Amino acid sequence: MNQPAVVIENLSRHFGQFKAVDNISLTVNKGETFGFLGANGAGKTTTIRMLCGLLMPTSGGGKVAGLDVYTQPELIKKRIGYMSQRFSLYPDLTGSENMRFYGAAYGLSTSRVHQRIAALSQMLSLHDFIDRSAASLPVGWRQRLALGVALLHEPEILFLDEPTAGVDPVFRRMFWEILYELAEQGVTVFVTTHYMDEAEFCGRISIMHQGRIIRVGRPLDLAQELGCENLEETFVTLVRSQEETNAPS
Amino acid sequence: MRRLRFIAQKEFYHVLRDARSLTIVLAMPMIMTFLYGYAINLDTENIVISVIDYDKTSESRNLADRLYNSTYFSMPKTKVDNLDPECALRSGRTQAVLIIKPGFAKALHTGEPFSLGLIIDGSDNNVSAAIQNYASILLQRFLTERLDPHVRLPVVKISPQVLYNPDLQSSHFFVPALVAIILLMVSALLTSVTISREKETGTIEQLLTAPVKPIEILLGKILPYVVIALIDGIIVLIFAKIVFGVPFVGSHLLLLGFGLIYISTSLSIGILISSLVKTQQVAMMFTAITTLLPSVMLSGFIFAIKNMPVALQLLSYIIPARYFVTIIRGIMLKGAGLHVLAGQGLILLLLMTIAVFIASRKFSTKVG
Repeated sequence: MNQPAVVIENLSRHFGQFKAVDNISLTVNKGETFGFLGANGAGKTTTIRMLCGLLMPTSGGGKVAGLDVYTQPELIKKRIGYMSQRFSLYPDLTGSENMRFYGAAYGLSTSRVHQRIAALSQMLSLHDFIDRSAASLPVGWRQRLALGVALLHEPEILFLDEPTAGVDPVFRRMFWEILYELAEQGVTVFVTTHYMDEAEFCGRISIMHQGRIIRVGRPLDLAQELGCENLEETFVTLVRSQEETNAPS
Repeated sequence: MRRLRFIAQKEFYHVLRDARSLTIVLAMPMIMTFLYGYAINLDTENIVISVIDYDKTSESRNLADRLYNSTYFSMPKTKVDNLDPECALRSGRTQAVLIIKPGFAKALHTGEPFSLGLIIDGSDNNVSAAIQNYASILLQRFLTERLDPHVRLPVVKISPQVLYNPDLQSSHFFVPALVAIILLMVSALLTSVTISREKETGTIEQLLTAPVKPIEILLGKILPYVVIALIDGIIVLIFAKIVFGVPFVGSHLLLLGFGLIYISTSLSIGILISSLVKTQQVAMMFTAITTLLPSVMLSGFIFAIKNMPVALQLLSYIIPARYFVTIIRGIMLKGAGLHVLAGQGLILLLLMTIAVFIASRKFSTKVG
């Protein structure tokens, strides 16, 4: 019964000669909060986009919620929520207009959309700004709104691509409390971040470098394994050692 | 259906909240109608003609008066030097000089052969042809009236009858075609920014992770603009009627029907362009160039298609304006019916289908 939420097998994506994602394999369990870490340009976003049906893989396989990324992207879309790196709601529409639009896009009934908007406003405290245009919102509020849109159709898996970039610590803490709450409800959270304190909140993390996954494990185990004091040091040590081995001699 | 409605509604918000789109919707059709309607005028009036009168009789003065009393000709501001009439032509003070040699009055009475000199500035061949025509018509009338009532002229003559535009007003010919070109440009411009805007702002990323089909997105983006472009079409037609007095002989309903088809075709072309380019600026530039110029040149708006080189004639078949120019002129000026124009409408529908098909292919395979 405990079917994995995300299964990646030898997945690759090349852009011409450049191997953005180079033969990665990974399994994320249901209800897990998984931190997908890596330096800039390591291939995290490319991987997420392939899993969300925005990009076709070059080779290898992937299953999201038990569905195939090649043949069933339309079915996958109904079961996942996605927050892209860049704010991508309609800036000239208000929060509730954005939510109503996406409610319809996900095929929810009008009454269901109203229910969900009410529930999410409660959960994410959106009340104060839901009728303001998205463009006029501060970054932290925008991100909460974007999370609200991603959660409208009650997805079982959430893909969050740097959801807290440029957000102040108080907002970040609040954001993660919400993610915990979701994980408790059984939602799988697949999240990328550059903040190591956030990564420590994750059940497991993977560290990606130049298109490959170089380590997977529980944050504290990884730190212990390398004899590092904290995750930040672990991350830096790992990425540096990779760069040294990759450097031409 | 609900998705379609919400996509359409969202597009409406975009237009209403975006100053640039609103400008295209409201101001551009009116400005273009005014500009083109007034600028393109091939009716020649008030041609400046000078008369050098060596005869100096009441007859010769009558002839000169006859010219100046018509709306076609007017007097020069300064008198022309009798010895060097060409100087006035060169400087542009006059467009033609009529020379009445001595003996004009006498010849009128005796009926002996006599010729008048007419020097015409031929640098604008439209005007020079008009001068020749008008001058000989006026002279003919003058002579017929002067003739002895007992003299009988042969009664055979041509009596041409001009149908559909009896006054040969060029605005009646241009303005309906202008409606076609303005509608094409406005419609295509409106939709050309819709997908490129989503690419530019990144909203397409979120939209495509939702389970929405490309065709739903495309149709949802076209629908609201059908209404908007239709309103524009009506504005331009009202302008045509009030400002340029263009007649409307045929069926309003029929024009509405064909108008809807044409608008949808134009919007599809905008969508196609939008699916090909990345930014709104490029989309607008590309649309303006690809819709305006070929439509003006190759739709029969000004230049008759059948006089063009074969290559251009072939090219004109993919210009939607070509078909609608025929349709709107047919309906407004001739009162043409459905059976005459159905073929043109079908071709427009075909062009629309092709555009939407390519756009939806591009849209689903090439994200962001």
